[in-house]
Amino acid sequence: MDAGDIGWWGVPIAIVGGAIRVSTPFLFVSLGETITERSGRINLGLEGTLVFGAMTAYAVTVVTLSPWLGVLAAMAAGTLFGLFHGWICKFPRVNDIAIGIALMLLGTGLAFFFGKPFIQPSAPDLPAISLGWWSDIPQVRAALQINVLFLIGAALALFLWWAFRTTRIGLVLRVVGDSSDAARAMGLNPDTVRLLATAAGGALAAIGGAYLTLYYPGSWNEGVSSGQGLMAVALVIFARWNPLGCFAAALLFGGAGALGPALQSVGVTQGYYLFYAAPYVLTLVVMILTSSPGRALAGAPGELTVAK
Amino acid sequence: MADIASRPLATDRPAPSATARLAVLRETLRETLARRAEAVVIPVAALLVGLALFSLFIAALDKSPLQFFELMWRGGFGSWFSFQNALARAAPLLLAALCVALPARLGLVVIGGEGAIVLGALAAAAIAPPLRGVPPLLVIPAMALAGMVVGGLWIGAVGALRHWRAVNETISSLLMTYIAIALMNHLVEGPLRDPASLNKPSTLPLDAAYRIGPLPGLDVHWGLVVGTVVCLAAWVLIDKTRWGFAARIVGGNVRAAQLQGLPVARLTIGFCALAGACAGLAGMIEVAAVQGSANASLAAGYGYTGILVAFLARHNPLAIVPVAILLGGVEASGGLIQRRMDLPNATVLVLQGVLFVATLFSETFYGRFKAFNPDLWKRRD
Repeated sequence: MDAGDIGWWGVPIAIVGGAIRVSTPFLFVSLGETITERSGRINLGLEGTLVFGAMTAYAVTVVTLSPWLGVLAAMAAGTLFGLFHGWICKFPRVNDIAIGIALMLLGTGLAFFFGKPFIQPSAPDLPAISLGWWSDIPQVRAALQINVLFLIGAALALFLWWAFRTTRIGLVLRVVGDSSDAARAMGLNPDTVRLLATAAGGALAAIGGAYLTLYYPGSWNEGVSSGQGLMAVALVIFARWNPLGCFAAALLFGGAGALGPALQSVGVTQGYYLFYAAPYVLTLVVMILTSSPGRALAGAPGELTVAK
Repeated sequence: MADIASRPLATDRPAPSATARLAVLRETLRETLARRAEAVVIPVAALLVGLALFSLFIAALDKSPLQFFELMWRGGFGSWFSFQNALARAAPLLLAALCVALPARLGLVVIGGEGAIVLGALAAAAIAPPLRGVPPLLVIPAMALAGMVVGGLWIGAVGALRHWRAVNETISSLLMTYIAIALMNHLVEGPLRDPASLNKPSTLPLDAAYRIGPLPGLDVHWGLVVGTVVCLAAWVLIDKTRWGFAARIVGGNVRAAQLQGLPVARLTIGFCALAGACAGLAGMIEVAAVQGSANASLAAGYGYTGILVAFLARHNPLAIVPVAILLGGVEASGGLIQRRMDLPNATVLVLQGVLFVATLFSETFYGRFKAFNPDLWKRRD
């Protein structure tokens, strides 16, 4: 038995590795959505932002050969989408959820429109750090190839958790999210705060997209996203609008997403499609378990439409 | 209410003369027109603004917007051939849009029609082969029923989760779409697979007798008629029955509806189940009239275009019919535009997105224009 043949042990290792690899987009989108939702608005359009960010990052990287410029360009595009959502939702009677659905369509459409010439060429990847040097087993080494964006995301989660609690900006965000009236009484303009919070959310969601095309799976095509942007919105509810909760939830969902490929790698092909659906089922089950009629969700911003 | 109370009672004054009656009639007509005009003018204006924005987009890419719209007209509406193509594409959109419009009466945003379409189609395709030999007059309704029951249960579950567990219906219905497509892929590649379908896993093909044919003299299948009839029925349900009225109250204020003793649970789950039944029926028609068996082509995005149709029609089932034909024409012209103007096929998607945003933005203008205020058109005595 050589080192590469570890049989069923490959499954948990592949799930852990997959969790780290697959979770990064979830992490960034859910952190972005947490900022937006903490301000009292929901942006369902992050799925469109994610796909457009994925395309922008890839296109810019193909042209400039610098993946970090790609990430920056994606952030700029995501900020624009966020600003648009935030601006249009400030008008009375404009529904933030419906606008989100429309932007999902528009963002995806624009990404496919401009991304068509970039389906063929290949772009350099974002760098990864090998933390598996101590092991002889190639699967463990592969699992512990950790992308820099994952580490940045983890640090960002910690930072946001701290910032929501202790900084002035965090406090302003939470006041606006809990009560527009209280915010106005304090002299804050809720629309401006929400505009900026949605822009920040868009920028982070676009980083999630950049990760998809620049690291894993690592190329641009029209099927690059499988609803990560949307699942991340559900994940925020599960994480109770807590950035650290987002980090844990993203890992959990990444692990669920890695279940199908992990089982396939050891030769289990039966029910492949059912395993593929595991993250969606998990999201749904989690939403059913954590939602409750009659009382508002613990930790939910008071102005949020989904929590009302 | 104050308006009615302030009017003098009919018995207070002598019988009005013919000219006075005519004046009253004219006033009522003007008031009604003003009230109705808003619901037509604003959406049409939003559509035009959307088209103008899209023209700017096309012009910015150094292409001619005029050529674009000319090709769109030619590909979707200009000839009898292309208009039939538009009608054929509109057929599934009618039912898919109802899957959004019916729950919208309760204030619910259900966007998971695609899942109900796919599973309804699968159920219809699965029930037909064991019934081989039974007259089509029985089998086709059985297929429709199977599709509607499965679709109804699927979206009904979304309503039930919303009512009893307060699970957000927008997110849950979309998640369930992914699950539905995975379920269909699993069943089509596994237990329900026709061994003869090698490259494209499918269920057993339907007997020719169980297929739905074209309308007499047309190249459009019966789904168009079914969809239109169901839209009419949905309009009657929403606008003319007490259930529709009750649903609108629930949509306006759930607490008020509960205090009134309205059966909120039954209304929520019932409307969602009806919506799902519409989508399931769309899936059944897609199998029986177009595909001939259930396979991965069923997830063609009708459910998503249906969301757009419903929002453009402002969830009015009667308006869904023209809007679905309009968008059917837009989709029908996509191929022509792509070939002639060298634009990617996502162009239609961009156009749809722009129209969607413009329509949603126009919501803010309702009640803002004086011209639409019926009081303005009253006689000043």
